[in-house]
Amino acid sequence: MTSQAIAEQPMSKNSVQQKYSGKPILTMTGVRGGYGDADILQGVDMQVTEQEIVVIVGPNGAGKSTAMKAIFGLLKVRGGSIVVNGTDIAGWKPNRIVQHGVCYVPQVNNIFREMTIHENLEMGAFLRKGDISESLERVYTLFPDLKERRSALAGNLSGGQRQMVAMGRALMLNPSLLLLDEPTAGLSPKYMEQIFEITRNLRDAGLSILLVEQHAKQALAFADKGYVLAAGSNRHEGTGQELLADREVAEMFLGG
Amino acid sequence: MPFMEFVNFYLMPGIVLGSIYALGAVGITLVFGILRFAHLAHGDLATLGAFAALGVVTIFGVSPWVALPVAMVVCAFMAIGIDKLFYDYLSERPKIIVVMSSLGIALMLRAVVQVVWGVDTETYTRGIVRPDDYWGIRIRDREIYTIIAMFVIVGVLWAFLQKTKWGKAMRAMSDNPDLALLSGVDNRKITMLTWGIVGILCAASGFFLGINTELKPLMGWTMLLPMFAAAILGGVGRVEGAVIGGLIVGIAEETSVLFIPGEYKAAMAFAILLLILLVRPTGLLKGKVL
Repeated sequence: MTSQAIAEQPMSKNSVQQKYSGKPILTMTGVRGGYGDADILQGVDMQVTEQEIVVIVGPNGAGKSTAMKAIFGLLKVRGGSIVVNGTDIAGWKPNRIVQHGVCYVPQVNNIFREMTIHENLEMGAFLRKGDISESLERVYTLFPDLKERRSALAGNLSGGQRQMVAMGRALMLNPSLLLLDEPTAGLSPKYMEQIFEITRNLRDAGLSILLVEQHAKQALAFADKGYVLAAGSNRHEGTGQELLADREVAEMFLGG
Repeated sequence: MPFMEFVNFYLMPGIVLGSIYALGAVGITLVFGILRFAHLAHGDLATLGAFAALGVVTIFGVSPWVALPVAMVVCAFMAIGIDKLFYDYLSERPKIIVVMSSLGIALMLRAVVQVVWGVDTETYTRGIVRPDDYWGIRIRDREIYTIIAMFVIVGVLWAFLQKTKWGKAMRAMSDNPDLALLSGVDNRKITMLTWGIVGILCAASGFFLGINTELKPLMGWTMLLPMFAAAILGGVGRVEGAVIGGLIVGIAEETSVLFIPGEYKAAMAFAILLLILLVRPTGLLKGKVL
């Protein structure tokens, strides 16, 4: 996609923001940046408000995961602002961002393989002082499978259970914003549905979630809002249902 | 050869030497696992620890056992200081540069020992200690203490790594450094903690080599290969593996003189290292792939 084509697409940012009156948790404005010298993100705008699931979809190489990593300080942000809970966190180090209430579940290598499930969750609460038993109990209630196998090494679990450990670890800090990078990649349909259901439950319990998903159709079906990225910038945005109904979006990214 | 002769002249000395190697190998495996480079100054840091204890013994006239904790503290701060001045400065560079710089540190540490204490052979205490007889096993007190101390020190470290918050953070850093950072672990603090522990282990291995044999400026350097062999044999990153590896290398070296000339004793570590890298590169307990 050329930059000209992007320019021809009028952005409907304001209209989307007006539809949601909730308190903004994350507001990205004109974010540019990349790993090396080249900018992968060419000005990304996004907003996540309180208690909503926002899905980022788009073709391979669109910058979906990169946008997420930009929020978490894992790449050089060269322009724009990333405001979380009223503070611009662009350029912060990950361990400071964690303390600011943002937790991130990477797509791969997202567990401590040689540690037990229980220890993985404890590491998630590393920055917390005092009693963590309440949070542990909450995570074990969300993922009953994990409670049974709490002393098992995380590296010995199935793909779906590993993803649960990874999400559980991120939830231990009671974040206000959870970033999930393709949580269902490589999972069986059964686990995918389970992960999506847990995501919905977390939203209903008050969490804001930003989700990058390959399974765009399924994710948009329950998302409160969706952004379609292409070539490092916004292409479309709207409610999940709007995007699913949009013919261009359907043809381009959802496989017709 | 009678069985008791084998135990007294080959097996027991092997276990004592193996305990000394184990203390060093545990440190090497920690540096390998958490900081991800081969620390070639490990032996000479042990030499420094041994001579630091000698310094305390000669200046204050105390028992070497009192000097050991002092030497541990000296080595811990030395290791943290070396990291601050050199390794941390190079941390963004390719690991091979850090490895080569650690060789330079090894030479610098040895030079310091030679300047301060000279190049002669020294001992903590004068005179010959005869071994005591326990139901046919002839062993000196200091040898018993060496074996016990190794198990106590490694046991405490093991408990620290398994049970405490910072110990778990060290294991997390060794397991998945990126995720540890995402969980809010400060890698600078973990690095300093690791070097502090490595310094303590180095001082212990140097001290026990010194008290069971003699103190020489090259004592640590000659231990480097067996210690590396032990760490790799046990599985890199595995503390319990390093202990098993250390004991195997120590016993293999001491019993090798039954089959090959004593001059070739030191080659045993090399042979074990080659064999394990060929047959099972991840070590006896599955460690990291190098």
